Amino acid sequence: MPHVKLARKSTDTDMTPFVDIAFLILSFFIMATKFKPAEPVKVTTPNSVSSDILKESDAMLITLDKDNRVFININAKSDQGKLDEIAQGINTSRSLGLSPAEIANFRQAEIVGVPFNQLKGYLALSKAEQKKVNQAGIPVLDTLNNELIWWVAEANKAFSGRRFLYLIKGDNNTKYPTFEAVINALRKNEIFKYNLITSQEGAPEGTELFKERNK
Amino acid sequence: MASIDTGGGDGGHKKGRGVKKAKKLSTRVDMTPMVDLGFLLITFFIFTATMSSPTTMDLNMPKDTEKKEEETKVKQSGALTIMLGKQDKVYYYEGELSPDGANFKSTDFKGIRDVIIKKKKDVIASYTPNAECEAKAKEKGKPVSDCFDTDFVVVIKPTEDANYKNTVDILDEMTINMVKRFAMIKITDVEKGLVTATEQSGGIQ
Repeated sequence: MPHVKLARKSTDTDMTPFVDIAFLILSFFIMATKFKPAEPVKVTTPNSVSSDILKESDAMLITLDKDNRVFININAKSDQGKLDEIAQGINTSRSLGLSPAEIANFRQAEIVGVPFNQLKGYLALSKAEQKKVNQAGIPVLDTLNNELIWWVAEANKAFSGRRFLYLIKGDNNTKYPTFEAVINALRKNEIFKYNLITSQEGAPEGTELFKERNK
Repeated sequence: MASIDTGGGDGGHKKGRGVKKAKKLSTRVDMTPMVDLGFLLITFFIFTATMSSPTTMDLNMPKDTEKKEEETKVKQSGALTIMLGKQDKVYYYEGELSPDGANFKSTDFKGIRDVIIKKKKDVIASYTPNAECEAKAKEKGKPVSDCFDTDFVVVIKPTEDANYKNTVDILDEMTINMVKRFAMIKITDVEKGLVTATEQSGGIQ
C-alpha cells in the first residue's frame, strides 16, 4: 500500500504584523487618552449642536445634579493661592469662623456643595472623609438666601483681571428653577457670559445650520 | 507555545567523530506574552479613554436695566413666544397673546422647529426696507440680506416644570435655525395659567 507522505507543516504563524498593529493601536490610545477626571457627582449632560471644545482654563464649575443640588468646584491651575483667597473671603464676608487649617483645606476639597453653616464641619474633614459625605447642595432656590451669590462674588474678586470662565454643568433632569437661580446668582454679580457644558451632536439635516456647516 | 520545536536543529550534518557540534539555537522569540500584554494595555486604555471631550455653549445674558430707553424693543409682528412645559411639551404663540388665548398653541420639540422656520420666513417675507440697518450692513461689508430678519425675535419662557435639557434644547434650536435675537424671560401668570389649563385638559401630569 502506498503511503502518502503528508508534509509536516509548522503550526507556527508569523506574529510580527499582528504585534505591529497591536502596538500601533496601543500607542494611539496612550496618546489620545485623557483620563476621566473623578466625578464626585454623577451628571449626564444634554446634547447640543455647538461644537466649541471646552478649553482648559481657570474656571468655576457649577454642577447641577438631577436632584437639583448645586455644587461648585474652582479650578485654579495657574495659581492655587487664589483658592485660599476665596476661602478667606468667604470666611470674612459670611463670618464663618474657619480656622487657618480649614481655609488651607479648601485647596484639596474637590467639590463643595454644602450650605455655609456646614462648611466649617466639611472643611475640617480629610479628603477621604469628604468623599463619603452626602452633601446637601448649596442653597440657591431661596431668593433671599442664594448662597451661590457669595461664592461667585468671592471668586470674581479673586480672579479679577484674569481669564476666568463660569461653567455650568447641568443634568438632563435638573429642573429649570435651579438653573434660573444659578443664572440669577451670576447676574447679581454682573456676570453675563458663561458656558454651558454639553455633549456634542451633529446638526440635523436640512436645517439652516446644516447648510451653513456643509457649504 | 506558539512555536513548536520541530527538532530541526541537529539533523544531517555529522562532521565526524569528536567534532563538537555547535548547537543551533532558533532566532525566534516567542511573542505570545508580549502580544498578551499589548492587548491587555489596549483594552485598559480603550476603557479609560474619554473620547468625546465636552463641548460648551456660550450664553450671553443681557444686563438688567431699569431705564426704559435701554430696553430692547420688540416688534409684535416679529415676535414668537415659546413656553416650555412638563413632559417635553412646548407651547407657543405669535405676536401678542390674544385675551381669549386663541393663538395659544401647543406642540413638542419636533414640531417647534417648523414653527420657528415658518415664522422666520413670514418675517422675512414681510420685510420693509430698513435703510439704517442696510447702511450699517454695507459699511461692515455684510450682505443686505442680514437685515431681513432683524424684526424676528424669539422669547423663551420656561415654566417651573421644564428641565435643564429642555432649556438647552430650545437654545440649541436657536442655533440650528440661526435665530439671531432671542431672550429668556420669566413666564407671566397669564401664560402660566394657560399652560396649566392646557396640561390639565391634555391629561399631562
